[in-house]
Amino acid sequence: MNYKALTAIAVALSLPLSAYADADDDTLVLNEEETLVTKTAAPAHLSDVMDEVMSGWHFRSDETQALQMDDFENPAMVFVDKAFDAWETVEGTEEKSCASCHDDVEESMAGVRAVYPKWNEQAGEVRTLAMQVNDCRENQMGAKPWKYTGGDMTAMEALISVQSRGMPVNVAIDGPVQSMWEQGKEMYYARTGQLELSCANCHEDSYGLMIRADHLSQGQINGFPTYRLKNAKLNNVHARFKGCVRDTRAETYKPGSSDFVALELYVASRGNGLAVEGPSVRN
Amino acid sequence: MEFSRRETLGLALGAAVMTVLPLRVSASIVDDRIAEFTGGADMADTGIELTAPEIAENGNTVPISVDAPGATAIMVLATGNPTPGVATFNFGPLAGSQSASTRIRLAGTQDVVAIAKLADGSFAKASAAVKVTIGGCGG
Amino acid sequence: MASGVKPRVKVPKKATPGEAITIKTLISHQMESGQRKDKEGNIIPRSIINRFTCEFNGQLVTDITIEPAVSTNPYFQFEAIVPEAGDFKFTWYDDDGSVYDATKSIAMA
Repeated sequence: MNYKALTAIAVALSLPLSAYADADDDTLVLNEEETLVTKTAAPAHLSDVMDEVMSGWHFRSDETQALQMDDFENPAMVFVDKAFDAWETVEGTEEKSCASCHDDVEESMAGVRAVYPKWNEQAGEVRTLAMQVNDCRENQMGAKPWKYTGGDMTAMEALISVQSRGMPVNVAIDGPVQSMWEQGKEMYYARTGQLELSCANCHEDSYGLMIRADHLSQGQINGFPTYRLKNAKLNNVHARFKGCVRDTRAETYKPGSSDFVALELYVASRGNGLAVEGPSVRN
Repeated sequence: MEFSRRETLGLALGAAVMTVLPLRVSASIVDDRIAEFTGGADMADTGIELTAPEIAENGNTVPISVDAPGATAIMVLATGNPTPGVATFNFGPLAGSQSASTRIRLAGTQDVVAIAKLADGSFAKASAAVKVTIGGCGG
Repeated sequence: MASGVKPRVKVPKKATPGEAITIKTLISHQMESGQRKDKEGNIIPRSIINRFTCEFNGQLVTDITIEPAVSTNPYFQFEAIVPEAGDFKFTWYDDDGSVYDATKSIAMA
């Protein structure tokens, strides 16, 4: 049976669930206080292919959506608490903690998540948040770097992300990052793996449709790191990319590799204008 | 989209396999757990409310809540899980209501059952059918 | 002790005498069900939080027996009556014998 037939089965079976089709029109209100921008006009660089960008939150069931609307319902927040402890924990040969340099996380990290990945002039490279965290650990603290997709790292990403929640994603795509952004764009549209699927096949051409019993989103990453019901833990962007590439039956890139950094830069820029949601809750 | 005869056969087969049938563990385990809780007493079908989604997005984390005014205890069973026990809520003198919410694992589409032991010693039962969807890519 | 277990509890700061308040609790825990197998095909032994209690000034609010079907990072929401100012005590009991607790004070409004 070829892929077309599989897809046909998925589509046929999804018909009884047609109430699920398309993104919903719900409003994401956080802690009954703050309304987050989950739909907005597509950034200029996407204007040829779509009018509106939408958070993955709109593609989830009401029950899953509710988990993200209250910080005591959101299971990711316990990991934010853990990372807050780590923020103040002295580690490494320099006997420093994150707080030694960055003081109050609520002040120093406000707005940071919204602009990553970004160019680091000193290093002459595009850096993700996780790369920056590990650079601090190795070169400022004299501590061991964390595993790129490990629990310590995803929790720290969540703590940093919380300080920007509600702020619009605003990733730069020009200047020194432009060539890497172009590389990421090329990857986004390149068919890969035995299934010959590009990111765009699912997340640009087919969002709103069902893939088996799951609801395809635009693949926006404004909600990362995200607590997935599937594995009941925080997942960062590169871990999710790896899963997607694997599912096309391709050899995946390594989390933290420059290929995935390029892809993250490009995909992040597709969500420019959406509110930072991390840590979000998804299927 | 056109399909060859073989593809069509595969299509039908695939659809049959992918149709989710409700899970059932040996009914006796569930019955035994209920008998243990109720002592074999009859169960009314009013006096307890069980709230669960009709379709769970992921069987790993299914939100449920139970509410049985005046109950001293509520037992919840997932009748299709390999081990059906979920939780038993015992309410003390300072319980603000005899209600609680939690998140549970369901191994597949099945009935969830809640049984309340009411203050007068009688029992009440509610059940909810929950369809558990399979994942998208990679399950 | 299972590694990295951390409780999280939400209790209002104030209440009026006799008021019923909503409490939310969550604890980070794998809740290994005893049904899964490792890469070699061996059953991973069960390791869960098997009991959770909430008391206020020594009086019971709720005592929950927990079985493996409760999700990873177990979450409970329930209501408590607050007769006077005092302390809520929350206790989680691990299969491995560890006990985790948290305390929250509440004042009279």
